[in-house]
Amino acid sequence: MQVRVQSEPFEPGEVLSGFARERTDQGAVVTFTGVVRNVADGLSIMEIEHYPGMTERAITGIVETAMERWSLGDATVIHRYGRLKAGEVIMMVATCAPHRGDAFAAAEFLMDYLKSRAPFWKKEVTASGETWVEAKDEDEDALGRWSTSDQV
Amino acid sequence: MTLNVLYFAWLRERIGLSSEAVDTDAETVADLVNELREREDRYDLAFSDMASVRVAVDQELTSLDASLAGAREVAFFPPMTGG
Repeated sequence: MQVRVQSEPFEPGEVLSGFARERTDQGAVVTFTGVVRNVADGLSIMEIEHYPGMTERAITGIVETAMERWSLGDATVIHRYGRLKAGEVIMMVATCAPHRGDAFAAAEFLMDYLKSRAPFWKKEVTASGETWVEAKDEDEDALGRWSTSDQV
Repeated sequence: MTLNVLYFAWLRERIGLSSEAVDTDAETVADLVNELREREDRYDLAFSDMASVRVAVDQELTSLDASLAGAREVAFFPPMTGG
């Protein structure tokens, strides 16, 4: 398991080629890459604030829950903070499992929980000003589909 | 007790601080919020809509009615927007 919270850019292709390289018992590798999206009035910068210490702890807890719930060989989460431009990679999730069902489900679970349970806050900075990105109800609702006995 | 109180995102901007040491006898997070709101208008404004404030005690997400017994660090922030 690997959790990285960093301001520096990273290359998703390099992460993927290094991920689960030594494992021959894993038949499925799933990755998700989040990229800063341009908004209608022209996003110039996405500022991402986080809570050092709690961020690493919260993500590690979420990954541990995923590892317990699905039959995963490994999982990696990388999330950036700081000032990012449109087109830059914000974050990446990678999972591997013997079969694809577990790898896909765990990757979606990780994404849903990172959205609303990892202490990051995004601010869009455009020519017309700065706006904190508001949490969406649908992101909170997305957690509902994972609710069984596990709580993160 | 002395708590290290942290503020993030728009709470940090409205209060004008990212962290401060607070001497308090508050028993719960809600008591602490009430104490802070009585201090100054900027706190009162920042905490005027508690439905949009989340709290962590010692880096664990919790609720407003959480006890502060033994706590060292309390953080206030808006709903998270990671991913």
